[in-house]
Amino acid sequence: MNTDLLLRFPALTSRVWKVWLRNKAVFMKTYKVNFIPPFIEPLLYLFALGFGLGFFVGNFEGVSYAAFIAPALVAISSMYSAFFECTYGSYVRMYYQKTFDAIITTPLTIDEVIAGELLWGATKSAINCSIILLVISAFGLVNLRWMFLVVPFSFLSGILFASLAMCFTAIVPNIDSFNYPSYLLITPMFLFSGTFFPLSVLPVYIRILAEVLLPLTHVTLILRALTLNNLSWSLLYSLVWIALVALGLFVLAINLMRKRLIV
Amino acid sequence: MDSMVLAENLTKRFDGFVAVNGVSFRVDAGEFFGFLGPNGAGKTTTMKMIYCFSPKTSGRLEVAGIDVDKNPRRIKEIIGVTPQENNLDPDFTVFENLMVYSSYFDIPATEAKKRAKMLLEFIQLEEKRDVVIEKLSTGMKRRLILARALINEPKMLVLDEPTIGLDPQARHMIWQKLRELRSQGVTILLTTHYMEEAEELCDRLVIMDGGKIIAEGKPRDLIQQHIKGDVLEITTDEDVTSYLARHYDQLHFERVENKVHIFSQDPERLLRELVSKYRIGSTLVRKATLEDVFLELTGRGLRE
Repeated sequence: MNTDLLLRFPALTSRVWKVWLRNKAVFMKTYKVNFIPPFIEPLLYLFALGFGLGFFVGNFEGVSYAAFIAPALVAISSMYSAFFECTYGSYVRMYYQKTFDAIITTPLTIDEVIAGELLWGATKSAINCSIILLVISAFGLVNLRWMFLVVPFSFLSGILFASLAMCFTAIVPNIDSFNYPSYLLITPMFLFSGTFFPLSVLPVYIRILAEVLLPLTHVTLILRALTLNNLSWSLLYSLVWIALVALGLFVLAINLMRKRLIV
Repeated sequence: MDSMVLAENLTKRFDGFVAVNGVSFRVDAGEFFGFLGPNGAGKTTTMKMIYCFSPKTSGRLEVAGIDVDKNPRRIKEIIGVTPQENNLDPDFTVFENLMVYSSYFDIPATEAKKRAKMLLEFIQLEEKRDVVIEKLSTGMKRRLILARALINEPKMLVLDEPTIGLDPQARHMIWQKLRELRSQGVTILLTTHYMEEAEELCDRLVIMDGGKIIAEGKPRDLIQQHIKGDVLEITTDEDVTSYLARHYDQLHFERVENKVHIFSQDPERLLRELVSKYRIGSTLVRKATLEDVFLELTGRGLRE
């Protein structure tokens, strides 16, 4: 495989937003239904884990267990919403609906179509995270000082997870194959990224792996610092890590998709 | 006259197989130009290179004087495409499909609404304006795809099997619309399996087989060139072919099961002769068609 082609930065124009607008228009057709998951899911987790399990856990790193997992719920939602939008969602549009084929017979290029999909995936992350943020704020689990930064940050982490997803979309032979990344990558990340317990309880080498390899670890660290008003300079490493990986995957995803679709 | 499409030695190679093998042709502005050929002949691949969907491997290809590799965006702005597969957007209604598609061309919303309304009238689908795509019949979908291809008021239409799977009414309606467009000066490229469609519509056409162009010309000229005279079709179980072979060494004929097709300058006389000698079932004398040319050139063997 030609690595030059996979790392070439795509030539994009503002037409990217046409694709974003298309997806937004579809989303808005059923917005009431779309708002149910990010509203209900954090409530379930908060009651079952935060207040239920938290009753036995007690205070935890100086905060209640509910306050400890609340930012993790935002991080997890960022991951799931962007990842599923750009795996199953994009795959259906690409393969079953032939939507991308239709769009690239117009002045848009395939690079712009995929970039639009990724920005939409990131937007889904930002929308869902905002709703969850409101829910957990209602329970008094969020310090208001840095709260406003959660939304733009969830867009950035959304770019990362959307791009990661699109890389799989570009290489899977069929839609069932998404089970591999979903269960071998996403579900372990959901559990082992410092989401429901601190990484410090894990053996040191697993902890290092989680910090070096798992994007959700960094996303959770930053969101927890934002909601608990606990910022420190060491978070800069996580932020740079996320930005670089997001950029790399963004470029890779577009090039892989071009390779799949343009023959 | 300006050329709308110019191909020289155009070639498309996929992994280990040549789909289009050095074809050259020229389509003039305002022409109705057809691509005929059996499945796998390379028609669709040629079309895809013309509408800048699939990059060419080698050769020269210009659309409206623009090199397809240099400025595909500009080409895509001025052409309209109906692909073989239905790729209408199932997330939207009929009207929304036209509106969303128009946004990809940067057509302002007020202008797009006007055009969408006109196009729905043109294809007689106004009543289905707010219906989702899955509720449309195959014929309606094909009509809508045609309307969608016209939203940017293209100079050239590229139609890949525009009437595939349609009933005769729907097919004739599309033909009539295409003639209207042609009379407005739109250049039209068409691939089809339907010989009468090509004969009916095309000013000029090429017949492709195995990635190459094997014949080119006006439909009537092609028939005259390749088929001498008219066609006599008879149904019989008797061995008339060896009789014909013995007595007429120049005569072209073909047996398909219990049917014999004979291409002859004087079919009536030949028919009288055969009837006097053999037990003949049904008989038919007809003009040669493009289908006869097509089968003559590409053979009767199945391609897939």
